[in-house]
Amino acid sequence: MDIGQVFTLTITQAFGVTALIYLFAAIGLNVQFGYTGLLNFGQVAFVAAGAYAVGVIVLTFDLSLWLSIIVALIVSTLLALLLGIPTLRLRADYLAIVTIAASELLRLLVRSIAFKDVFGGAQGLNGKLGQEFHDLNPLPVDFTLPIFSWSRQDLWVVIVGWSLALLFTLFVWGLVRSPWGRVVKGIREDEDAVVSLGKNVFVYKLQALIIGGGIAAFGGILWAVAKQSVQPDTFQPDFTFFVFTILLLGGAARVFGPIVGTVIFWFLLAGFGEVLSSLINNGYISFLTPTDVGSIRFMLMGLGLMLLMIFRPQGIFGDRRELALDAR
Amino acid sequence: MLRRVRLALGVLLLATLAFLVSGGLSPVHAAETTITGTLTTPGGVAVSGVVVTATGPDGVIASGTSDEKGVFVVPLAAGGTYTVVIDVSTLPEGITLNNEEDASRSLLVLGGEKRIIIGLSEGGESGIVAEASGTGERVAQLFLDGILYGLVIALGAVGLNLVFGTTGLTNFSHGELLTLGAFTALAFNTAGLNIIIAAPIAIVFAALVYGWGQNRILWRPLRRRKTGLIAAMIVSIGLAILLRYTLVLFFGGAPQSYQQFAGQAGITVGPFNTTPKALILGALAIVALAATVIWLQRSRIGKATRAVSDNPALASATGIDVERVISVVWIIGAGLAAFAGIYLGLTQNTVWNMGQRILLVLFAAVILGGLGTIYGAIVGAMVVGIFIQMTTLFIPTEMKTVGALFLMILILLVRPQGLLGRKERVG
Repeated sequence: MDIGQVFTLTITQAFGVTALIYLFAAIGLNVQFGYTGLLNFGQVAFVAAGAYAVGVIVLTFDLSLWLSIIVALIVSTLLALLLGIPTLRLRADYLAIVTIAASELLRLLVRSIAFKDVFGGAQGLNGKLGQEFHDLNPLPVDFTLPIFSWSRQDLWVVIVGWSLALLFTLFVWGLVRSPWGRVVKGIREDEDAVVSLGKNVFVYKLQALIIGGGIAAFGGILWAVAKQSVQPDTFQPDFTFFVFTILLLGGAARVFGPIVGTVIFWFLLAGFGEVLSSLINNGYISFLTPTDVGSIRFMLMGLGLMLLMIFRPQGIFGDRRELALDAR
Repeated sequence: MLRRVRLALGVLLLATLAFLVSGGLSPVHAAETTITGTLTTPGGVAVSGVVVTATGPDGVIASGTSDEKGVFVVPLAAGGTYTVVIDVSTLPEGITLNNEEDASRSLLVLGGEKRIIIGLSEGGESGIVAEASGTGERVAQLFLDGILYGLVIALGAVGLNLVFGTTGLTNFSHGELLTLGAFTALAFNTAGLNIIIAAPIAIVFAALVYGWGQNRILWRPLRRRKTGLIAAMIVSIGLAILLRYTLVLFFGGAPQSYQQFAGQAGITVGPFNTTPKALILGALAIVALAATVIWLQRSRIGKATRAVSDNPALASATGIDVERVISVVWIIGAGLAAFAGIYLGLTQNTVWNMGQRILLVLFAAVILGGLGTIYGAIVGAMVVGIFIQMTTLFIPTEMKTVGALFLMILILLVRPQGLLGRKERVG
């Protein structure tokens, strides 16, 4: 067992492309759930909206990738309105059920044969989705990286992705310190009190849903650009729950919570997977097969989410007083 | 101002719906014309990779290949008389056509989805022969299918709603109670017990271990700790993920059938095509649901349950042992859910994510009837079940769940408390 190689693979995943996709979704969810207290269980729909905007604009309509970014934001805004308007006046659990239902509804629509010409059916949209982005790659063809092992293409995505993620983190930092941020935190803590101050709670909640959804849509754009493929069945509800795990791990309602959560989550998950795989492949563990590693990873993730929520809902750096989780 | 924004968005939502109904999904729309069918062996195992070709009136050829569920779809440009040919060479080894004539047949397609059934044989055991039905018969058939599906949903939804009503927990791991019930029966069945004996044992086991035990080990301590309802909801999600992948680890990811009744021959009763097992299970489900209703209406603990659902604090003040009521609710909920899981396992098959797939339909039923109202779950389930099957007249079968989820969102727009709910609950 090569410990050095296991570590390289692990750390590469902890900061890699997939981790970044989850990071954008988590930053968005932090605005919605962490600060405003909206129980959005359909965050994957916003990621899917971003990814499909790129896929449809670039592949189906053969238009520019840059246009698709604008389309992605428009679509995610419409989606937030569609989700928010029926449910934001109702109790938290209704929003949870409707958002998860809507995310499944969208997945079933895009994978259906009826819209195969536009969305590519169950196979999704595959092709040179991010060509315009990869053409801008300034990195030399030959390079060696210490610690990490990214390809030239992935490194370019990772650099741009992390820059954007830091930018969004800065944006959220400014946002929650603004008067707007104080109002949404007030809504999370005591909605009636904010209503009595004459604030239109519904509009603030809707704005939080739109902003969080827009940030998550960037995760989808990154997905399409980096993986050059958009497939409906990768946008299962479980995605949203892993984003929740990440956010709760790092600490909801903390500006750096999503970043810390993402890196630790993927470090643990990838590290566990790599170590277990290499133990199985080298014959140290004989009662498991390499295909079991995936299931065990998911089992641990589920267990981790349960234990986190029960014993440390504020996460690693969170402040318990800041996040009084309750549906009234 | 806000009112105008809301109105405009309401129109937007309706426009989206109208697009769905009139645009791509209408049955008369040319692009929607298809020939579809499912290829399974008499044992109920899906046959994949079989190529089906349709040759149209003007020599246009279209083809489809059956997927991992055995479903094939041949998209057609227009209606007309088609010759449907099954490429026998793509059939897996050991599987043959029931009737040689089935290899090539002529079919009149008027538009919409034309279903064909092709009988396959495995080692001499014969399956179903051809069927083609008109619209009137199809409506009747879908109505029956809807009632049977509604009964499964009701079995699952009653427990979900009872737990919500008494504890306030929106249990996202309720679907896994169905899956666990079905797999427990599968385990007993694989160990050698006939499913007729294995099923009741599994239901009792599920009621005690997954119901009473789960409440005792997990939810009661959480209530003692004063864990919030949202936190508990997220805990239930973690539990659902943990349970699902534990099942994958031990049972694998492929669908499995019970050893008995898997490929029961169909019967025709009046205008309906069905199987004896579906009718017997449907009758048993009605008995189980009726027993639950009578229990809630007549027995002491049933009345106490309704009181706790109505107002836990007040019920507790009048001397009702709330924890005991919750224990009983978990036992009944898990037992009914296990029955629903076995029902699905017998009529379809058992697969690790069967509960996850039906969970949102359960929520749709519960919200339609009224979250927390006990009879609402049954009413909502029947409506959703019939609605889901009936919508396949207009939309492709693969999208039938979409209709139910849309119905749920629409209900929340116009009557968020559900059909039988009261307004103050939705807050």
